[in-house]
Amino acid sequence: MNTLLSILLLTLSILLATFVLQISKQLNHHLEKNSKPFDMVIGAKGSPLQLVLSAILHIDNPTGNISLDEALRISKNPMIKEAILVSYGDNYRGYRILGTSDEYVRKYGATLKEGKLNTKNFEAVFGAEVAKKLNLNIGSSFVSSHGLIQNEIEAHDEKPFVMTGILAPTGTVVDQLIITNLESIWKVHEHENEHIEYKKHKEEHKEITALLLNFRNPIGALQLSRSINKDSSLQAALPKFEIDRLLKFLGIGFQAINGIAMAILLVAGLSIFISLIKTVRERKHELALLRTYGATNFQLLKLVFLEALFLSLIGFVLGWFWGRVSILLFSNLASDTYKYHLEISSPNMQEFLILIIVIFMTILAVIFASYSLFKLNISKILADA
Amino acid sequence: MIRTTSLRFTYQNTKTNTFYFPDIDLSFEQNALILGPSGVGKTTLLHLMAGLLIPKKGNVFIGNTCVHQLTRNQLNNFRGKHIGIIFQRTYFIKSLTLLENLRIREKLSKKTTDPNRRRQLLEQLELTEVRNKKVHELSEGQRQRLSIALGVIHKPKVILADEPTSNLDDKNCEKVISLLKKEAQICKSNLVIITHDQRVKLHFNKHIIL
Repeated sequence: MNTLLSILLLTLSILLATFVLQISKQLNHHLEKNSKPFDMVIGAKGSPLQLVLSAILHIDNPTGNISLDEALRISKNPMIKEAILVSYGDNYRGYRILGTSDEYVRKYGATLKEGKLNTKNFEAVFGAEVAKKLNLNIGSSFVSSHGLIQNEIEAHDEKPFVMTGILAPTGTVVDQLIITNLESIWKVHEHENEHIEYKKHKEEHKEITALLLNFRNPIGALQLSRSINKDSSLQAALPKFEIDRLLKFLGIGFQAINGIAMAILLVAGLSIFISLIKTVRERKHELALLRTYGATNFQLLKLVFLEALFLSLIGFVLGWFWGRVSILLFSNLASDTYKYHLEISSPNMQEFLILIIVIFMTILAVIFASYSLFKLNISKILADA
Repeated sequence: MIRTTSLRFTYQNTKTNTFYFPDIDLSFEQNALILGPSGVGKTTLLHLMAGLLIPKKGNVFIGNTCVHQLTRNQLNNFRGKHIGIIFQRTYFIKSLTLLENLRIREKLSKKTTDPNRRRQLLEQLELTEVRNKKVHELSEGQRQRLSIALGVIHKPKVILADEPTSNLDDKNCEKVISLLKKEAQICKSNLVIITHDQRVKLHFNKHIIL
């Protein structure tokens, strides 16, 4: 019973520790990989973190729209190496439709797996994950709906899209997107503008959601961000900076869970120690008998240690296994909510370090328990008939 | 050969008096009975001879070795090699089979193992058939015989038996005594039995009365 409890506690703590490590590691990796292609995002004023989350990671709502003219004006700045316009705000069955240029797909290193890239208006390529989930064939048409959440009411029925290609998986946000050109996004929303009197001026009033930039050198980025945030109605956000800030917030949560895992690990160590003492007490006859056979204290200690090590290793392996199973379960949940899935990876260095800690803890428990082992009064134990 | 010289022993934390033990001097292959009423220190003497207890005074010599001058580890080694103890109650490693129990005894004695010796011993003690059974599956008599096997498998210089017949009927008592005597002869060792069992007396010439 006691033994079972020790294993259970150890399993639980290893589960928590490896789970948190994996999540934080993969999340870090995911955020870094996706924000890396761009040095700066320019969008409507609001929260810079929101701007990064929406324009780069595609998990939040946009802060608003910006005028195409202004975006084009900014992108002429000589310090800018490349500028990519993005426009979003529609979805198809919950997957975001992103209006942009071919550059965007290239920045994430996505290549075509099937079909062809979108060249004309109302043609779209699908990210690998979207294609897999929606199970659409090349050539089939679909109707986008307004907003970023799936709904049937605000469907743009009269302007169907055609799927022309599927991208190979990249492990980035591109996998979760439906990509078309900017024109299509504008055209889909044209009828909305029709009600408004600007119809004939619509060319001048075209809008996009954000501008993604890369700079020739980092100083350029700092200068431009300062001037934009100060002197214009737009806002500039640095993805790397915002992501670091976000991870810092999340870090506190991870640390808390890690702290809990460590506390449970400590309890598990204590429980191994108690179970060892109990083992020594319950098997004092056998241990005393082995002493009369010529076994040294060290040999008995080795025996007890091996037993404890066995428990620890079982606990560790079970904990690791269930940790990965939890990642799998969590991944299914996360991919529905955040359109992002976690990978099941093989053991890594940090987990190896945890194993070393567990073994060290076992050794410590055995050293403490050895006192009761050395204290055994063989004569008394064997004479008490 | 086993010899004790002016052994004295006092248990700590108790009010019992010091035990004064008569000197014992057994020559090669000589057997002896230690007799006396309960509480007189029979088991204590046996444990002193086995090196399980440390005397307050006096010493035990087995062969040329002065038992109580050995270090702790030397004593462990010496006990494993040269002393065989048969306890009043049978103790085994419960999770192992009969054969595994024997083998662990052999291994810990650090003597070269002899498969023939094991086979013959099992044969003599009528344990060959049940050698692969777990100890808890054995009958009371088989367990008694296994505990004898465990005491003699490694051919010790001294076989010490603590009330080996107390729970046995007349027939089994005879059997156990003759087995012990036979094994002592095979091992060329001294057999020392402590008992208050009258039935055993007839089988031994040398009686040491406490």
